[in-house]
Amino acid sequence: MKQLMLGNAAVARGLYEAGCCVISSYPGTPSTEITEEAAKYDEIYCEWAPNEKVAMEVAFGACLAGKRSFCAMKHVGLNVAADPLFTMSYTGVNAGMVIGVADDAGMHSSQNEQDSRHHAIASKVPMLEPADSAEALEFAKLAYELSEEYDTPVLLKMCTRIAHSQSLVELSDRVVPETKAYEKNIAKYVMMPGNAKRRHPFVEERTRKLTEWAETAPINRVEMGGTKLGIITSSTSYQYVKEVFGDSVSVLKLGMVNPLPVKLIKEFAAKVDKLAVVEELDPIIEGHCRKLGLEVMGKDVLPLEDEFSQNLIAAKLGGTVHTGAALEDAIPPRPPVMCAGCPHRGLFYTLSKNKCTVLGDIGCYTLGAVAPLAAMDMTLCMGASVSAIHGFNKARGAETEGKTVAVIGDSTFMHSGMTGLANIAYNQSNSTVIILDNSITGMTGHQQNPTTGYNIKGDPAGKIDLEQLCKAMGFNRVRVVDPYDLKACDQAVKEELAADEPSVIISRRPCALLKYVKHEAPLAVDTAKCVGCKNCMKIGCPAISMKEGKAHVDNTLCVGCGVCEQLCGVKAFHSTKKEG
Amino acid sequence: METKNIMIVGVGGQGSLLASKLLGHLLMEQGYDVKVSEVHGMSQRGGSVVTYVRYGDKVASPVIDKGEADYIVSFELLEAARWLSYLKPDGQIVTSTQQIDPMPVITGAAVYPENLVEKMRAAGAKVDALDCLALAEQAGSSKAVNIVLMGRLSHYFDLPEEAWQKSLEAMVPPKFLELNKKAFALGKNA
Repeated sequence: MKQLMLGNAAVARGLYEAGCCVISSYPGTPSTEITEEAAKYDEIYCEWAPNEKVAMEVAFGACLAGKRSFCAMKHVGLNVAADPLFTMSYTGVNAGMVIGVADDAGMHSSQNEQDSRHHAIASKVPMLEPADSAEALEFAKLAYELSEEYDTPVLLKMCTRIAHSQSLVELSDRVVPETKAYEKNIAKYVMMPGNAKRRHPFVEERTRKLTEWAETAPINRVEMGGTKLGIITSSTSYQYVKEVFGDSVSVLKLGMVNPLPVKLIKEFAAKVDKLAVVEELDPIIEGHCRKLGLEVMGKDVLPLEDEFSQNLIAAKLGGTVHTGAALEDAIPPRPPVMCAGCPHRGLFYTLSKNKCTVLGDIGCYTLGAVAPLAAMDMTLCMGASVSAIHGFNKARGAETEGKTVAVIGDSTFMHSGMTGLANIAYNQSNSTVIILDNSITGMTGHQQNPTTGYNIKGDPAGKIDLEQLCKAMGFNRVRVVDPYDLKACDQAVKEELAADEPSVIISRRPCALLKYVKHEAPLAVDTAKCVGCKNCMKIGCPAISMKEGKAHVDNTLCVGCGVCEQLCGVKAFHSTKKEG
Repeated sequence: METKNIMIVGVGGQGSLLASKLLGHLLMEQGYDVKVSEVHGMSQRGGSVVTYVRYGDKVASPVIDKGEADYIVSFELLEAARWLSYLKPDGQIVTSTQQIDPMPVITGAAVYPENLVEKMRAAGAKVDALDCLALAEQAGSSKAVNIVLMGRLSHYFDLPEEAWQKSLEAMVPPKFLELNKKAFALGKNA
C-alpha cells in the first residue's frame, strides 16, 4: 500500500525494515523527525543523547555488540561527532551502522550552510543521498548492506527539502538479521598507532572497491534524453532539473556522492555535447569532473549559496523562467519572534535594561538578538557562550566582568555547556552564566533532555539536577529565578554581576508551548488608563501592538504571563479572567 | 495531467500543517502523485511560513516557484500579499482577512499596507477574501481557521463532497471532528 510520508519518517521506516535495533541521536533541524518517528516503533531502542558525539559513540557500541544501529544529526552536529567518525572509518563495524546527517542549504534553521559531503570525503566514509521519500526508505536499507559488506559506517545525507517533504512510499515488513557474534579483535578495534597504521591501507582499499561498486550501482542512474546537454546531479537538485527539463536533456542521477564513479561519469560525458553539474552548496561533483579532465559547467553559473529552485536552474541553464505579479507596497518582513508568554522574554528584557554584554548560544533564545530586545552580542555554536565568556573576561578582567553574561538553554548546556563551565570553575574567571531552563529542547520542537526527567517516549527517566551539578563543579553562587518576575530577575543579574566570584543564575520556567503548561486568561488594556507611553512595547511581545495611540492585546495570542503588566506605570492592564 | 500547485501561507503557529495533511490525503486518495513540502524549526516561531502542495501524474520538484501556484491559500492578509508573485497569472487566492502585525510593524519600523485585497485584485489576481476567524469562532474554536479555509478552497475543486469529508475524518482527531465539519461547511458556503 502506498503512503504519503515525510522524508525523515521514510528514513525511520527504512531503519525499521532493515532491522535496526539501537538509535541514539541529538535533535537538530532538519534531522529531528527521523529519531522521533523511529521511536514510534517499539522494536527499536531509541534515545536522545546529550550531544551528537555521544550519540555516535552509543551507536558504535551497539554495532560493535552485533546489532544494527543508527544515529542522526544536523550538519553542524556532524562537526561535534567528527572525532569518532574519522576513526570509525578505520575500525569499521561489526553489525551495520548508519549515520543520518541533514544539511540545511538556505539556513531555514541553522547558523551556517556547510556541506556535509566534505566530512564524507575527509573521513573516507561512503555517503548516500536520496532525492525523495521512497529513496530515503530504500537508501536507509541499502546503507546497512553496504556497511556490512564493506566493513564501514555509512553516511545517509538528507537536506531540508528531502527531509521535510512528503512523497509516496511503499512499505515492506521488518527483517531483523541475526545478531553478529561479538569477538575480541584488538587489531581492528583498538586504534593505537600500530594498529591504526595497519588499518589505514584497508580504508584506502575499501574506497577503491566502493568506487568500483559506484560504477555500476543501480542508485547511480543514467536517464538518457536529449544529448545537447548532459547534467550530473543528485538529491533535491535532481528534482529541479527534471522539473525544468523533463526528458529534453540527459541526466546522470547520483545516489552515492562519496566515493564518486569515474568510468560512469566519463562515459556519460562522452554521450552529450555539453556537460553541467547541478549541486547545491560546494562544487564537489564538479571538482571531481575537473580532476578527470572533463570540461564542465557548474559554479561558474550556479551559486555557492542558498537553496536552488526550478526557476534558478531554468534561468542559469536555459529553461522557461516563470514570473508573477507583485505589489508596489513594501511588504514588511515577518521574522520569527519569541512566542507570547515565552519565559526567555523577561530575562532578556532584564539584560537589555542593564545594558549587559550577552554571549549567546543556540536555541529559541537566540531570538533575544531580535529588536526591540536586541540583547545578544554573539552566537557561534552549541556551548560557545560558556567557553567564550571565560575568554572574554580573561582578556579584559574587571572591565568586562561586571557587565557580561553568558546565556545558554538547558539542553544546550547538557550538550556542550558543561565543559565550558568546568573551565570557568577550574581556571576561575569572574564570569556569570545564565542557564535558561525552560525544561525542554524548544527550538527543534520539544524533545526531552537529561534535565527534564523524561525519556524520548515520555516515560520517567534519570534527571540531572542543574543546581547540584553547578555546586559540585565548585560554584558557590548558584541561584534560581522566575523569568516572569522582572524585579527578581533584575536583582539576581545585578547581584551576580557585582559578586567577585563566578556565579550561575538558573532562569527557570517551562516553555509556554508545552502541553502541560496551564495558561492564565489573556490580559486586556483599559484604554481610559493607557497613556500610550509604549513601555510595554519594549519587551517585543507579538501579542501587544499600538492601536490608535493605545496599547492593544491580541487575545488569541496572549497567555496572561503578566510581564507587560509589570512595565505599566499606570496599571492599564487587567486580566480578562471572569470572577468566581 | 500537468502538475497543479497549491501554496498554504501564514504565520507560524496558525495550523497550516493540518491543512496540508488534509490536502495530501485527499489528493493521494484521488490517485495522484503528491508532494508536500513543509517548514520546521526556527521560522515556525511566529515567522512567515509556507507549505507547498503539488499533485499530478508525476511530481518532480517538492517546491513551488514564482509564477507557478494555481492556488494560494492564506491564513493572513499580509502573507497573501507577500507570496503574490508565486501565483500564476490566472491563479486564485483564497485568504482570511485576519491581520497580524509582524514585529517590524509592532516596533514602528514598518507599516502594514492598507487595502491589500483591492491592491492584489488590481495586480490581476483573483482574490476570494473572507473573515475565517469569525467563521471558525462560529464553528466553536478560533483554531479551526485552517478547516474554514479548506472548506472555501473546496469550492474551486471539481471533487465530490464525500472525498473531502473522508479526508477530514481520516486527518482530524475524532473529538474535534464535528467542530471541524461545521467549520468546513461554514467556509464552503460563506
